[in-house]
Amino acid sequence: MNYSENYYDTKDFSDDDLLETFTPASEVERPKDIGEFEEEELVRLKQTGIDLTTPDRTGTFIQTNSSVLKCDCEAQGVELLSITEALKKYDGLKDYWWKLISTEKDSFTREADQELDNGYFIRALPGEKVIYPLQTCLYIRNENVAQRIHNIVIAEEGSELQVITGCSTHPHLTSGLHIGVSEFYVKKGAKLIFTMVHNWGENVYVRPRTGIRVEEDGVFLSNYIALKGAKSVQNFPTATLAGPNALARFNSVIVAPEGSDIDTGARVILKAPGSRSEIISRTISFGGRVVARGHLVGLASDIKAHLECQGLILAEHGVIHAIPELEAHVADVDMSHEAAVGRIAQEEIEYLMARGLSEEEATSTIVRGFLDVRINGLPAELNKELQEVVEECHKGM
Amino acid sequence: MLQIEDLWVEVRGREILKGINLQIGTGETHCLFGKNGSGKTTLLVTLMGFSGYKVKHGRILFKGEDITHLPINERAKLGLGLSFQRPPTLRGVKLKNLLALFDKKSDAGVQLAADYNFEDFLGRQVNLGFSGGEIKKSELLQLLAQGPDLSLLDEPESGVDIENLDVICQMIRKLLQKEVRKNRQKSGLIITHTGLILNYVNADRGHVMLNGQIYCHGNPRDIFERIRNYGYEECAKCRLFEQGF
Repeated sequence: MNYSENYYDTKDFSDDDLLETFTPASEVERPKDIGEFEEEELVRLKQTGIDLTTPDRTGTFIQTNSSVLKCDCEAQGVELLSITEALKKYDGLKDYWWKLISTEKDSFTREADQELDNGYFIRALPGEKVIYPLQTCLYIRNENVAQRIHNIVIAEEGSELQVITGCSTHPHLTSGLHIGVSEFYVKKGAKLIFTMVHNWGENVYVRPRTGIRVEEDGVFLSNYIALKGAKSVQNFPTATLAGPNALARFNSVIVAPEGSDIDTGARVILKAPGSRSEIISRTISFGGRVVARGHLVGLASDIKAHLECQGLILAEHGVIHAIPELEAHVADVDMSHEAAVGRIAQEEIEYLMARGLSEEEATSTIVRGFLDVRINGLPAELNKELQEVVEECHKGM
Repeated sequence: MLQIEDLWVEVRGREILKGINLQIGTGETHCLFGKNGSGKTTLLVTLMGFSGYKVKHGRILFKGEDITHLPINERAKLGLGLSFQRPPTLRGVKLKNLLALFDKKSDAGVQLAADYNFEDFLGRQVNLGFSGGEIKKSELLQLLAQGPDLSLLDEPESGVDIENLDVICQMIRKLLQKEVRKNRQKSGLIITHTGLILNYVNADRGHVMLNGQIYCHGNPRDIFERIRNYGYEECAKCRLFEQGF
């Protein structure tokens, strides 16, 4: 990776250049049926957490380029629509549409506002506890396409919902742009688990823009897994804990291969007394650059928030930049952070070698532990993927 | 079992061990006494082969094989094991996963933990937030699962409360096959400050280390009694035991 002295002053593309580089998804091929997918594409989806064969899914949404190929949900108590249909059905979704993110935030939000391709709408009805996750897939199938998405997820009062979103590109595609606006509403006493898996081609630019609002006693758990890198990712969801005792937790596991530039993290605004938050990231650089951000803002008393960024650099030229921020506006808060970056401590490797493990075995045991964040309901395929990454680790040592 | 011949060791350019000679026979347990900073821990980690401990002169023979320059894991495979005084924390690595490394098929590790009332720790990350006593228990549990022929124990009783001391000593007795009277195969080298361990675990010989040298050899209880009465300085002066007192 070119990490020259003037790195911070230069940029490959300005935001507007980037938008002009790619062809809008609405202007390219519109596949009609998932049956057109080749075997390797289905494998790719599986590696991204999307399984079309398992019965253990409440519903499935698949959007390729700008076309919605699948939007099935038989289950009672939960509603799944494409966002364009939801806008019609719910009269523009005026309480939810662009309420957590400003259309004027940047060039990408403006683009998504003006040139929407589609997206999903998910709503768990009040009190409904949905056992199996809903899976949604946003897929770019053609080279050099810009996909513009807007999603809304609502967990109504007392409901429970899990969503797995897999974002990916065709296995042979290298370049593209994904813009994904997502707004999450977790109402009183509701619980939403959102797992996002990124699996991009190597020259893909990724610009998610995410807002979350959690009301009284609501729980929002986010898992973000990106093991394959991308040309450039900017991902910085902002959650507002608006009601007493609301909880938001962000876990992320990020691996940056050579050539990847991944800028990610989360911001949580703890607005109500008794609200709690935790942001935990584990990042590994195999030569790429990771910026691991975290920003906790304490606005109310009796809140508890913790931030943890741990990074391992396992190859030359890798860069990990941890930026943990704590911002307290009242005195009566419990806010803390912990950040550590570097190589694996020799002492830890030798400790395990003293138990008879070879250096490679010791290293992978430590890396496996490092990547073992508490991820709820992670599909088996994904777990396998995680393991494979671990096994690759000593190659980069 | 173990033979150390004129061992000189440097740590970060400083000479710490200055000509150590020591022999431990099969089935024997030896105790190593000495002030803080006298080089006891350096001797143990050098035997295990840790980086940063540079052997300048002399050699270490284990079961007749020269292991002076062998990698750590090769020494472990030959039957050498170390219980650390201050082991590192392994984030995300659960104790049960570590125990499973020794025996993939059976749940021997889980059984061991149950035997010593340590089951609650199986799901915990290794050494993360462990108390002093819990660290020692976890170390000994790992060694029991590993089953070394020579156990190097670095202050296994420090930071352990009275209630747990009994369990720790049971574990050590098991590790060193103390119940076996004839043809005992397991040996041990134990660093102790308090000597408390001598009340629970029979030791065959004691050695006093001062300033990177071993000053006397002899009956461990006698040595400990003398240290208690006259201090370590007296050992430096008298050297009685060495001459066969």
